Amino acid sequence: MDWSALSVSLRLAGFTCLILLPVAIWLGRALAYARFRGKGLCEAFVALPLVLPPTVLGFYLLLSFGRDAPVGSLWADLTGDGLNFTFTGILLASLIANLPFAVQPIQRAFEHIPHNLREAAWCSGLGPWQTLLRIELPLVWPGILSAAALTFAHTLGEFGVILMVGGAIDGETRTLAIAIYDRVQAFDEQGAAQMSALLLLVSFITLGLVYGLAGRRRWARG
Amino acid sequence: MADLVLDGLAAGLRVAVNQTGPIPLAAEFTCQPGELLALVGPSGSGKTTLLRTIAGLYRPQGGRVECAGDSWFDAERKHSLSPQLRQVGMVFQDYALFPHLTALENIQLPLRHLPQPQRRELAEQWLAKVRLEGLGKRYPNALSGGQRQRVALARALARDPKVLLLDEPFSAVDQVTRRRLQRELALLRQQIAIPILLVTHDLEEATALADQICVLHNGVSLQQAPPDELFSRPASPLVARLLDRHNLFEGVVIAVEGQRRLQWGACILEVAEGLANLSLGETVTWYLPPSDIVLHRRDRPSQGERENPLAATVEELVVLGGITSVSLRVQHGDMLRFDIATHAVRRNQLTRGAGVNVSLLAAGIHLLPGHRVRADAHDKRK
Repeated sequence: MDWSALSVSLRLAGFTCLILLPVAIWLGRALAYARFRGKGLCEAFVALPLVLPPTVLGFYLLLSFGRDAPVGSLWADLTGDGLNFTFTGILLASLIANLPFAVQPIQRAFEHIPHNLREAAWCSGLGPWQTLLRIELPLVWPGILSAAALTFAHTLGEFGVILMVGGAIDGETRTLAIAIYDRVQAFDEQGAAQMSALLLLVSFITLGLVYGLAGRRRWARG
Repeated sequence: MADLVLDGLAAGLRVAVNQTGPIPLAAEFTCQPGELLALVGPSGSGKTTLLRTIAGLYRPQGGRVECAGDSWFDAERKHSLSPQLRQVGMVFQDYALFPHLTALENIQLPLRHLPQPQRRELAEQWLAKVRLEGLGKRYPNALSGGQRQRVALARALARDPKVLLLDEPFSAVDQVTRRRLQRELALLRQQIAIPILLVTHDLEEATALADQICVLHNGVSLQQAPPDELFSRPASPLVARLLDRHNLFEGVVIAVEGQRRLQWGACILEVAEGLANLSLGETVTWYLPPSDIVLHRRDRPSQGERENPLAATVEELVVLGGITSVSLRVQHGDMLRFDIATHAVRRNQLTRGAGVNVSLLAAGIHLLPGHRVRADAHDKRK
């Protein structure tokens, strides 16, 4: 069992969720409510990682994270470090690759809130923040939960993008999914089997937890 | 004098809205405290938009909204209070209850400025006022349509609003429940002294509940008046048609033995008022409320028979339960329409093709100078 790979995977998934969820709530809400020209283009951009082969996404990220590329050089100016083959690099890549998994469920959830519910809140004297906290967030909670679960589970299983951007540096960028591939390459079937089973278990528990929690909302039962 | 009028209205609601697009609006109406004003009109006539304008949920290009002496919206001064600050009680068409909050929590939400115990007590009181004691812990999806409507009403009133806005509040419930809720609203009204606006497309409902009715068509307010006056004295043929009134005709002003009369086909009609202001030979549109058509009984004469008597043929009898809609063709082709009790049809042995005598009461004849019967029927923008 490659414990350092498990640690990298869990840290990566945890941080991705933590950073991505607030962004996704803001972006999902904006996309659900706003009517503007080019909205379809925006949505297509968010959804792109869903259909793009991970190696293609990884390749472009590898290029743009390079020290002579705008993103990479900006990061180097700010922190003095590179992005490629670092944990920060794969975290950034993971944030981009998971954008649709986080944004789409939340956007759908916001779209399902009847418009006049917000208006009813305003007429009840609730300001925009109060409306968000007391009305909107409780109503989109299942969407946020499934966004979190999808993002977490998808990050654990992400392979192509991470391998392209991060390589397989022990304790830094080698995630469980990559470690499994390594084990198989080294004909260590037993090691691969253990880690696969672990990944299966973690993914299943995550999803089970989410669906279990989502079903517990008393008010949603007909 | 003008100031006096303004002072009298200061406590109520005054709305004047105009814009050219995207929804054309040119509406003006007032509503006094304790008064119920119904906004009626076909779908797309701008009723709901006007309600949303008052609530601050829609901002038109031009106009003013004033309530209880405060200016809520003034396009000229670019002044518009947010919905939160306007203190309106709004009942949405589908009630817009918060599904994740219980009935009691829904009613408590507008009371957040109060400490929790007081908030709860007040909400319980409102729950009792709308007769939902014991159902406070239920979520909206466990309430019937009528119960939801009551929660919505309680939530709207709990805030101690300056105006109550009801957007088709009875349209989503069955008829039995609707009757009961209408009755309850009529009773509840006695306890609240604020202007109440009711948007509805149901004329019967408006007539039963409202002190004043404002008729809207394509965003234009055509007439505001008490129901009785509206039905007997519509301001234009269009208003009459929107109110489902028929009996609109054209006549010519003539003089008979020095007296002004209205010539309608071969009939010479006496008119109680309005003829004196018209010139001889002028063609004028006139309207007669169905209640001012008196059917002569065959067995014995009834009151008012001497006024404008005329002979006609029964063209059509439509029985709608206890009421029968009668259409009579007058000699020159025009059609008179009125409703009578079905038993009266039997008693008078009315059958299709039968000849009858009726009187058109002179006081009921309402002249509409300057209007043509059909002229504004197709003019949507007027």
